[in-house]
Amino acid sequence: MRELSLHILDIVQNSIKAEADLIIIDIEADFTADRLSVTVTDDGMGMSKELLEKVTDPFTTTRKTRNVGMGLPLFKMAAEASGGEFDISSKEGMGTVVKASFGISSIDRVPLGELEETMGILLMGSPDRDFIMNYQIRTQSGLKEFNFDTREIKEELDDIPIDEYEIISSIKTYIKENIKETNGGLVL
Amino acid sequence: MKSIADINAIREKMQKVLGTRDAQDDADTRIVIGMATCGIAAGARPVFTAFLEEAAKRNLGNVKVTQSGCLGMCKFEPMAQVYIPGKEVVTYVKLDAEAAKRIVSEHIVNGNVVAEYTLDIE
Repeated sequence: MRELSLHILDIVQNSIKAEADLIIIDIEADFTADRLSVTVTDDGMGMSKELLEKVTDPFTTTRKTRNVGMGLPLFKMAAEASGGEFDISSKEGMGTVVKASFGISSIDRVPLGELEETMGILLMGSPDRDFIMNYQIRTQSGLKEFNFDTREIKEELDDIPIDEYEIISSIKTYIKENIKETNGGLVL
Repeated sequence: MKSIADINAIREKMQKVLGTRDAQDDADTRIVIGMATCGIAAGARPVFTAFLEEAAKRNLGNVKVTQSGCLGMCKFEPMAQVYIPGKEVVTYVKLDAEAAKRIVSEHIVNGNVVAEYTLDIE
């Protein structure tokens, strides 16, 4: 994948298939430790121990149509290629947490990319689910953050569906501008 | 939009738009884009955005742009299927944003299938 935001889109699709109601995406860039971490936490159906053990094997999938599943293996590979780590934990009936970390300055780290596009597509595809994105940047001069929560937006929207084109496109601009401001000129 | 409070203005505008749209809605045309790992890796995200923006730009209120999983032919991704009521389903393959815009104007609006992107199985 060319962007980490595409991995995020892909990994969150797993949460959606697991029937999660709330999906939390944490993105933390710590420039003081040269570490970028991406965590996707969901309250979906979770996995058995047996499935969890083999889930990063590309020849494992929950699909019935064919027997390969590349999403998690590719995410793991992207993390490890940049000197980072990958971890997944899950409990049946409780949900799943997927965490990957990346070396920010590694030449093999793919750029974070357009998070607003990923969020736009997720909201279009699953307007009834809720998404939280916590975006944090830590540098020598301190911590800056941007928190996005669809529950707050839906409250403001009242009876207007969140997946209307005009709403999605405003939300995308909102995310883009706030991330740019949080980054304060840093490039991820 | 810079803060959540700004959504109020958009909401008011939308309430008016939605009120008029319900009356003119007829049978839905659907554009379904494959958004599994294979689709995403091949570039389905900008294709989805292009379909959505082109349909909005042309005010095609009866066109729904949606997502599906893997269509089972990963090497042809990004793929999209166009469902127009009363017509045969058209499957498009190896799309990019430009192709998506053409499909909206030539196929959805004018009724001419964009043959160079259709699936041709030998």
